[in-house]
Amino acid sequence: MRTLFFLLEKEFRQILRNRQIISTLLIAPLIQLILLPLAADYSVKNISLVVVDNDHSPFSQRLIGKITASGHFRLTGYTASYAQALQLVEQDKADIALQIPIHFERDLVRENTKQLYMAINAIEGTKANLGGAYLSSIIRDYNSDIRLRWQSAPSTPPQPEAPPQVTTAASNWYNPLLNFKLYMVPAILVVLVTAMAAMQSAFNIVQEKENGTIEQINVTPIKKHWFILGKMIPFLVLGIILFSLGLLVGWIVYGIVPVGNLLVLYTSLIVYLFAMLGLGLLIATYSATQVQAMSLAFFFINIFNMMSGVFTAVDSMPDWAQAIVSTFPPSHFIKIMRMVVLKGSGLTDIVYPLTAMAIIGLFLNTWAVLNYRKTS
Amino acid sequence: MRQLLTFIRKEFLHVFRDRKTLLMLFGLPIAQIVLFGFALSNEIKNSSIAIVDYSKDATTTNIIGKIAASNYFDIQRSLASADQLQSAFKKGNIKMAVIFPANFGSDLEHTGRSTIQVIADASDPNQATTITNYLDQVINDYNAGLAKTTGQSMQILPETQLLYNPELRGAPNFVPGVMALVLMLVCTMMTSVSIVKEKELGTMEILLVSPFKPIYIIISKLAPNLLISILNLFIILILSYAFLDLPVKGSLLLLVSCSILFILTSLSIGLLLSINAKTQQAAMMGSLMGMMLPTMLLTGFLFPIENMPLLLQWLSNIVPSRWYFIIVKRVMLKGLGPASVWKETLILTGMCLLLFAISLRKFKIRLQ
Repeated sequence: MRTLFFLLEKEFRQILRNRQIISTLLIAPLIQLILLPLAADYSVKNISLVVVDNDHSPFSQRLIGKITASGHFRLTGYTASYAQALQLVEQDKADIALQIPIHFERDLVRENTKQLYMAINAIEGTKANLGGAYLSSIIRDYNSDIRLRWQSAPSTPPQPEAPPQVTTAASNWYNPLLNFKLYMVPAILVVLVTAMAAMQSAFNIVQEKENGTIEQINVTPIKKHWFILGKMIPFLVLGIILFSLGLLVGWIVYGIVPVGNLLVLYTSLIVYLFAMLGLGLLIATYSATQVQAMSLAFFFINIFNMMSGVFTAVDSMPDWAQAIVSTFPPSHFIKIMRMVVLKGSGLTDIVYPLTAMAIIGLFLNTWAVLNYRKTS
Repeated sequence: MRQLLTFIRKEFLHVFRDRKTLLMLFGLPIAQIVLFGFALSNEIKNSSIAIVDYSKDATTTNIIGKIAASNYFDIQRSLASADQLQSAFKKGNIKMAVIFPANFGSDLEHTGRSTIQVIADASDPNQATTITNYLDQVINDYNAGLAKTTGQSMQILPETQLLYNPELRGAPNFVPGVMALVLMLVCTMMTSVSIVKEKELGTMEILLVSPFKPIYIIISKLAPNLLISILNLFIILILSYAFLDLPVKGSLLLLVSCSILFILTSLSIGLLLSINAKTQQAAMMGSLMGMMLPTMLLTGFLFPIENMPLLLQWLSNIVPSRWYFIIVKRVMLKGLGPASVWKETLILTGMCLLLFAISLRKFKIRLQ
């Protein structure tokens, strides 16, 4: 036990002595946490729209007015032909081309139906998805609008009785204003903690290998597990500090106060850091130089970041991919963070992701310890 | 000239000797293209929902059948009462709840109007918006069916066409993004580390006291990374053609030359990073922490740039990958020619020259 104490003293001194490391470990992540959620705004509000109005009727005018008034769309302009509109889409000047065909109003009145054409640039899937969704819901609204007006207008012949209608009343729980930052900040914090704590422990051990100082420790009677604990605990502490500062930043800058219990959050954090430090240790045992450790770490971080549900929902992945993702500790921790911070989920609600993380952590650490050799 | 060639050979030997790193450098793009290409999708389907039916009549059964038939929804279960919703949401089992009030069918019949209550888990705002809209579509179809029997008037039928990517796959958006990300990070990180390593190990002194020109040191450091990046580029292009069905629609020559320009820009950034870093660790953290997230977010392949606050939009202009991403999208996916990307190419060229000039000037030929 006293050995561990001395080792910890050594590690903390080494870390705290290096100012450059402290600033990259704590300050850079916090700056990113302040700036990046501003960038991660998916709430689609600026979809640019080009309109081909071949009808020029009061009906088509009213439809365009309704679309621009919704706040989701920005009218880039009108073109005379559909081909020209598509050209604007091709040049990225517009996201959606909407064509109102000739005789739109007349056919609606006389024949009761008329088509509308929209072409959406679908390279950016989310934008296309949401843009199309918004546009069709506006058109639906508009449709029932004109129907009502037409039916209530005194000049029209009496209509058959209005058909029965089912309507929906939607409400959004946990984030009624659909604030995208509430969704992103917890996840970005996880990404930053991952890059910081877990990978630093790998670099730290490999640095001793590369400099040869690990030999000095290997020839002492220090037991393997004390050495490993001595390497892991400082980064566990740093991870907790960074996480707490991150929560503070989230509260001050974005007004995000976790709805759930902080104790639940910190318990999950410690389990998560245990798993990720295990990964760091494992990487360290497999690499001889810092460059190797870095490229391995970079490999994992990159795939974790993209696949763990920070940016795209894990639910919409195919089953085999979901199976792979369930072995990534960050995917579970991001899920827990969002559940606890936004919905106030308790310990019983997060049993599954928490146990999954603990099992992965146990597996990684066992593997790493078995693979760690005091003799080279 | 012979001197330079010898040094380039030395650098290549360094790189090729380190098999593990080499494996990672080539493994990363392959794994990313395959994983992201097949797994990432923006389409939201099979969302788990819960149904609370207080009415249990023919109408609600009919509507529930329609909801179940659409592949957007996966009815997880039917709850007896809305009180259980809170806990189901908290467990994360369901994304949305659809509640039919009592006497739903008879209300519809007698008053001509019934309302379904829809509660979405908006902790993911976009998913909530999208699936609420999907449900509206299902209900709208149902209404149209009702109207057929009584005669609905004035029906607008929107016809939507999805250009370039009709299945809403993630790949067309992510492949250019991955190209930008991988090339950028491999170049900056590997370059900065390989220079700082010489400083840390003390071998830089030997290089500097030799009659070898500093510019040669820089060139020989950049050469292997340039080659690796170009190889990576071709691997990505071949993979996305073979597996993801994403051929280069435009001119291959144009795409490759723009990519080389981008690689050179990233190499210059790596050079610049190496000047200020004292240890390999600092160089790595600088390129990892300082470059990765900003590149991911400000390139525009994850989040639309025009949504960002002005400060960040302005900031995104100085991220080279942003311009490269636009070029790749236009040339590779849309098949446009040089006329449509000359502006972006010019910006990249400017950045490349500027960064290289700065790092050349600042490259220290003395250690202290």
